[in-house]
Amino acid sequence: MAQLAASDIPDRSYVNLGIGLPELVAKYVPKGREFIYHTENGLLGMGPAPELGEEDPELINAGKKPVTTNPGASFFHHGDSFAMIRGGHIDVCVLGAMQVSQQGDLANWSTGTPDAIPAVGGAMDLIAGVKTIYVITQHTTKNGTPKLLEQCTYPLTGKGVVTRVYSNLAIIDVTSRGFQLRQLAPGITFQEVSDRTKASLMPLEQEP
Amino acid sequence: MIDKQVISTALAVADIPDGACVMIGGFGEAGSPTELIHALIDQGAKNLTIINNNTGNGEIGLAALIGNGQVKKMICSYPRSRHSKIFPELYRAGKIELELVPQGTLAERIRAGGAGIPAFYTATTVGTQLADGKETRTIDGRDYVLEYGLQADYALIKCEYADLTGNLTYNKTARNFNPLMCMAANITIVQARKLVGPGAIDPEHVITPNIFVDHIVEISTPLIEADLIAENRRYP
Repeated sequence: MAQLAASDIPDRSYVNLGIGLPELVAKYVPKGREFIYHTENGLLGMGPAPELGEEDPELINAGKKPVTTNPGASFFHHGDSFAMIRGGHIDVCVLGAMQVSQQGDLANWSTGTPDAIPAVGGAMDLIAGVKTIYVITQHTTKNGTPKLLEQCTYPLTGKGVVTRVYSNLAIIDVTSRGFQLRQLAPGITFQEVSDRTKASLMPLEQEP
Repeated sequence: MIDKQVISTALAVADIPDGACVMIGGFGEAGSPTELIHALIDQGAKNLTIINNNTGNGEIGLAALIGNGQVKKMICSYPRSRHSKIFPELYRAGKIELELVPQGTLAERIRAGGAGIPAFYTATTVGTQLADGKETRTIDGRDYVLEYGLQADYALIKCEYADLTGNLTYNKTARNFNPLMCMAANITIVQARKLVGPGAIDPEHVITPNIFVDHIVEISTPLIEADLIAENRRYP
């Protein structure tokens, strides 16, 4: 999933990767391409995790994990960092999801249960401001419940924002007509993906 | 010659009254003015409203301030994390208020507050429950939510270098909310890793100009929260 997502990101893109699965995208940058990573806590040109023992508690990413800087990196405060996001300067954001609707609505910050501690971080700012939003997710939850739905049942992070979903079963575009299959994972059939999607899924368009 | 140095953290925070609104810099522990927060715990001011991205970790720093019963309300974007337990317990027990603000909106509300801008429109939260009850407006065909600027009575800040006049620089991603909060508080109290003479910081390299800074304490070897948490230390 991460590799396929990475292959769809153009050279020299400014990219923000969410915490968890999306972080893997950085391991699969296609040869000949360079991405510049933004982390919303104030660093552009973020590099990989440091060697053991080289960690600096004042050089971290948005997940509060130690990182490094690449040549050409810069530090800035939160106001500037979110001006990059809100101002449409970040090209691509790759995020995880709890649910995605066929209209491109995303739910990934709260299950809405009464005892949950609501915590949103920068997710709502990112999806409102970044030009292209990719979602990387397992196609269903651990107990098999579909995550791609007609309507999200969890509280929304944003409406009509998701461009494309990379799941363990398929790559699916969110279009004005709903979910459009783009590519199947090896050994997976259209029917298997459709059965695990709680919304209508348009099959691959045949070449004329 | 202007000299904003204060000799102790206790003196620096001595005047913060009960009921004050206090901005505290930092993103997790990076840029957190832990020594100033501990001085505020010793000082004992109560019913505080605290503005920070998070709610502290373990039982030190901001988490300890909350655990000591001094905080009435938190304004933050992400009140839980791997090592955060005090806030979640108090929140579930209904003993602390929470105003949840998306991280970028929080930053911009603080910047607006410091810049004399009472409110602004943003697309962040449109169509979500965090926009419930807020004024909206359509501009050039896109919907926006009205958000108000934030100001505070005090800001507690951590920086790398400070000169005696109050010009500041920061260290790496410890900058985060600190420069914005310096601007948005009535009184800004800074702990600096290194206090230097006027002119020692190149004017081209100043991040926070001294007009936004009131008091400075030098803390040359600040606590590292991650180490304290690993040792299960608590404050006091």
